[in-house]
Amino acid sequence: MEREFFLLLSGVAIISALLVIVARNPVHSALALVACLVQVAAIYILLGAPFLAVIQIFVYVGAVMVLFLFVIMMLDVRKEAKTRYLKKAAWPGLVVLVVLAAELFVLLMQSAKIHTVMGPGLAITEQPSVEDLSLLLFQDFLLPFEVASVILLVALIGAVILARPDEAVAADKPQNGGRR
Amino acid sequence: MEYVLSLAPLFIKMAIVVGILLLLPLPLTWLERKIAAHIQQRPGPMRVGWHGLLQPLADAIKLLTKEDHIPAQADRMLFAIAPVVALVPPFLVFVAIPFGEPVQIFGTTVTLSLADLNVGLLFILAASGIGVFGTILAGWASNSKYAVLGSLRSIAQMISYEIPMGFSVIGVVMLANSMQLSQIVAAQEGLWNIVVQPIGFFVFFVAGLAEAQRIPFDLPEAEGDLGAGYHTEYSGIRFSLFMLAEYLVLVFLAFLNVLLFFGGWLGGPAFLPPFLWLFIKVGFFIWVFMWLRFTFPRYRYDQLMTIGWKVLLPLSLLNILVSGFLML
Repeated sequence: MEREFFLLLSGVAIISALLVIVARNPVHSALALVACLVQVAAIYILLGAPFLAVIQIFVYVGAVMVLFLFVIMMLDVRKEAKTRYLKKAAWPGLVVLVVLAAELFVLLMQSAKIHTVMGPGLAITEQPSVEDLSLLLFQDFLLPFEVASVILLVALIGAVILARPDEAVAADKPQNGGRR
Repeated sequence: MEYVLSLAPLFIKMAIVVGILLLLPLPLTWLERKIAAHIQQRPGPMRVGWHGLLQPLADAIKLLTKEDHIPAQADRMLFAIAPVVALVPPFLVFVAIPFGEPVQIFGTTVTLSLADLNVGLLFILAASGIGVFGTILAGWASNSKYAVLGSLRSIAQMISYEIPMGFSVIGVVMLANSMQLSQIVAAQEGLWNIVVQPIGFFVFFVAGLAEAQRIPFDLPEAEGDLGAGYHTEYSGIRFSLFMLAEYLVLVFLAFLNVLLFFGGWLGGPAFLPPFLWLFIKVGFFIWVFMWLRFTFPRYRYDQLMTIGWKVLLPLSLLNILVSGFLML
């Protein structure tokens, strides 16, 4: 039963991931990505990690993709999306594709060794609880967690500074207009 | 075969919940019109059936037989699926809502919920969060200025109020030490959360009103002054699907208010089955939502944003801080 569900979910995930890049319309691409993320969340549930699945829906589907669609609607990028950015990118693109495929293939073949490097991981208890996860995050791995949050904060401040209109320019404009 | 049989109770429960949810908006529309009428001192619908009781059926037939119009330049596929997408999250939410403690029927124990998830509350917030997609699709696919503007307005409203809504329930989760809804209810034995979490309840209630797009935050539906919202181009049965979704959001918010802050099925008189007591409380909240609709004026858009970000969000953060200190 589990295998059939996994095949179904991953099949739909791959098809919708393909649709993301094939679709001409940016809104259609974004919706295909939503479908893909939902499938991934379902796979998390299949793996016995309901908390991760709900967070996936919450953060990626409920927040990130909504903001994507919001921006697409605000800017109305229908025309821009149809222009090709790099004219003769077909051959270099193919090379990158082959390299990535080779890397993935090697990883897949060597996946047994990754376990020996990373360690076996925690055994899944009968009902994986939120408590275990929070203890891991806020006790055992507190430093990496805090570092990640500081990096996110820096990115946030950076985004605000980038998005703010240039103060010098904004202050000059009305003065110039006044002189004329 | 045994495997299929073990799933049978689940399917029966699913059929009951879906059936009730699909039919519930019919009496609710009648109730809303009657409450409106009596608040405004007029009789309301009176012609079809006793005191207009069959009016919703007449309306349903009218909506079903109306022309199903799709604008010429619309994105036909998205236009068609948008109402269905809007309908998915309110149904999804009811998966995690418990209606009472397990009961004995014919010697077998039956849980009165579809799935009492241990991340239930988070699941419900996530599921109600994806309710925005119906709005996005409808507004964008209509290919109309009014619809796109209305939909941008509604999206901004819904994602701003989701944040205080999520923060306001953290106090409840801290008190219950669990995100499982049945345990949150069990933790209120003796003392309902409304007593210890009044700020949390206030923020949750107001944010819930905005999430359900009810007055005083019903800008998406301001047909008189803003040319309605994302569903301007919709007609007939597709339009009524949006209305259906909206009523279901109302019902599930009433359920959440009761389960999180008013003790769920606890504290009822002994002769009432607990789930009936729960439904009475839920009915009371639905009545409050309708009562507010005909009592308050609509807020302006900038006032709406100010309330969300400068009042509710700091209040909900303060609530978390205070509950944390009191619990220590």
